[in-house]
Amino acid sequence: MTAMQHDPAYNFAYLDEQTKRMIRRALLKALAIPGYQVPFASREMPMPYGWGTGGVQVTAACLTPEDRLKVIDQGADDTTNAVSIRKFFERTAGVATTEHTNEASVIQTRHRIPEAPLGAGQILVYQVPIPEPLRFLEPRETETRKMHALEEYGLMYVKLYEDIAHNGAISTAYAYPVKVEGRYVMDPSPIPKFDNPKLESGAIQLFGAGREQRIYAIPPYTQVVSLDFEDHPFEPSKADHDCDLCGCGTSYLDEVITDDAGGRMFVCSDTDFCAARQAEGHRGRLSGEDAA
Amino acid sequence: MTPLLQVRDLTKRYGARLGCGDVSFDLYPGEVMGIVGESGSGKSTLLNCLAGHQPPDEGQVIFDTRAEGPVDTLTMSEPERRMLGRTDWAFVHQNARDGLRMGVSAGANVGERLMAVGARHYGDIREQAVDWLSRVEIAEDRVDDRPRAFSGGMQQRLQIARNLVTGPRLVFMDEPTGGLDVSVQARLLDLLRGLVREMGLSAIIVTHDLAVVRLLADRLMVMKSGAVVETGLTDQVLDDPQHGYTQLLVSSVLQV
Amino acid sequence: MEAMIRVSDVSKSFVLHNQGGAVIPVMAGAALSVERGECVALVGDSGAGKSTLMRMLYGNYLANGGRIVVGDVEVSGAEPREILAMRREVLGYVSQFLRVVPRVPTLEVVAEPVWAAGGSRAEGEARARDLLARLNVPERLWSLSPTTFSGGEQQRVNIARGFAHEFPAMLLDEPTASLDATNRAVVLGLIEEAKARGAAIVGIFHDAEARAQVCDREIDVSGFTPERAA
Repeated sequence: MTAMQHDPAYNFAYLDEQTKRMIRRALLKALAIPGYQVPFASREMPMPYGWGTGGVQVTAACLTPEDRLKVIDQGADDTTNAVSIRKFFERTAGVATTEHTNEASVIQTRHRIPEAPLGAGQILVYQVPIPEPLRFLEPRETETRKMHALEEYGLMYVKLYEDIAHNGAISTAYAYPVKVEGRYVMDPSPIPKFDNPKLESGAIQLFGAGREQRIYAIPPYTQVVSLDFEDHPFEPSKADHDCDLCGCGTSYLDEVITDDAGGRMFVCSDTDFCAARQAEGHRGRLSGEDAA
Repeated sequence: MTPLLQVRDLTKRYGARLGCGDVSFDLYPGEVMGIVGESGSGKSTLLNCLAGHQPPDEGQVIFDTRAEGPVDTLTMSEPERRMLGRTDWAFVHQNARDGLRMGVSAGANVGERLMAVGARHYGDIREQAVDWLSRVEIAEDRVDDRPRAFSGGMQQRLQIARNLVTGPRLVFMDEPTGGLDVSVQARLLDLLRGLVREMGLSAIIVTHDLAVVRLLADRLMVMKSGAVVETGLTDQVLDDPQHGYTQLLVSSVLQV
Repeated sequence: MEAMIRVSDVSKSFVLHNQGGAVIPVMAGAALSVERGECVALVGDSGAGKSTLMRMLYGNYLANGGRIVVGDVEVSGAEPREILAMRREVLGYVSQFLRVVPRVPTLEVVAEPVWAAGGSRAEGEARARDLLARLNVPERLWSLSPTTFSGGEQQRVNIARGFAHEFPAMLLDEPTASLDATNRAVVLGLIEEAKARGAAIVGIFHDAEARAQVCDREIDVSGFTPERAA
């Protein structure tokens, strides 16, 4: 895809320059203190809260005209949310866009980390609904801030304890809490815990929560440990199937209901990854003959 | 013997009004002290200042820490004081809801303090939680129930288990039997008394119920309008009160 | 060697702050000395101050003047914890009424003073079994709380408790009241044994025969009654 001019009615990437500077300052602070939630003056965006206003603001603050942007929602490039955000930046920033993970310099994501490994030169921007991992157990913001400041993370384990007590295993399957660089406990946004190991990466990872007005970050090559108990260690898990389209046995899968008779299929949630494998000739259980 | 807690000239004012004034006492290891007085006498203010929940205006609260010996807790850094609050100190609230996490199971409520001081083995945590529940007479099969499903007396016993699981040396109790039925109160008192003896706990109990202090406290402090008016051995203060206010307090108890 | 219990020039009055500050003097110039192995009976009319003096010895009432010493504890002016230590280790008290927490089994009620004084679990229980058996408290009751017992049974549990730890000094308030002849003899035997091992005992005995049997001396507390203000 080629770069185009952005709509001159908008400033580059929608936000005004002062706002972008404010967000960049917050981003720098967040990178300097990995896992720490930096408050920022979140702006009203032309989309509802919950649709990625935090991520969009972070992306806007990071984009340069030379960037190539990829937007995914649950791993897919072709869902409504991904398409509209991509179009938003095509129009307001005129940047090039792509669906290929390895071609993108900035990737905004909701609820997934791409299967293909990310590396230096790439920025992964997460949309975050609730940045505070302690929130569901401790409703007071004053108290949770103090708990982070004093590294009082016993409460985080209370949640995991409850999982085991009620389900026999840690049943938290997404937004699985992690400890960043041995210091701050962080909510990795609602990515499946399957993706947690990929939080240790060569890319810059930025997290934006628009409604909650928080930004946090994981710099490249930072240690990220998923919390667990000695006798119930962390296990990244996925559906026990292969992708029905590309046959991959190691990627994260979506379950798709195909008819009213209980028919279903499992497909890679990362559409780009799956398409690339199919292009390479990999086949799954339900691949049509014509794909060959 | 070094006192576990040395309180010196503790004063708390609310503007022009006195919360508690010039309170001084020593509490020795294994001693249980009752603070009695009517509502508004300053006993809760005093307890909150002692436990670090409220900053006093003047005075010292010197605790004999395990690591460094006697330290004024009021000059401790906040992390140190909070650490004390989940290790050597415990606080039993009058309303169990203030001292429990109502949204998580009984086991997690007890286990939280263990996890807060670094326990990371689920099996061990659960075993200790079950052990403590049985010590406060809560059946093992209730370990995964939330406190919401418990009666008032059970909630209070759960709060006590949650507080004592880390083996604190000093327990603050604010009307621990308040709001409970008389029969439930008796059971709770008996339990508390046993635990205090068995663990050699020091405790400071605020209450307006003289029967509670007669059963639990070694010594008494009687407060009126923010000031301590009388102190002494519990049975001596109750049977031979010297101050007019104490005499009034003792004679006002309804006989059954 | 100094006497185990020494009382000199002790006075006591009650001030009723809520009744116009009325001062009621109840005792003045009380003096008493009890040697080890000696049993002294307090006598005098009802209201003469026998119980008041006992309570002051035990630290339950505050003396207004004078000195009370038990062993090496200066009771007048002692800190609460010193009094409590004295009550655990030095001075036992058999009152007329059993005052215990509901739900605690009889055996533990009796053994508790042994444990409080530092005795082992087994020691306390053995002592409790021995005493309960001697005082003819049926064994089937030992695991029950004494709060449900008859008056006589409660009194025997109370005595067993009082004698469980071998205190060097003891206060006995009507120890033989409401007992049948058999148990009365057992109690008198216990008192004799305590004396024989060197306990200093102060007692109130309305039972003149019992008093004559175990007491070495009598002290009439009427002599300590203050002059009433006209």
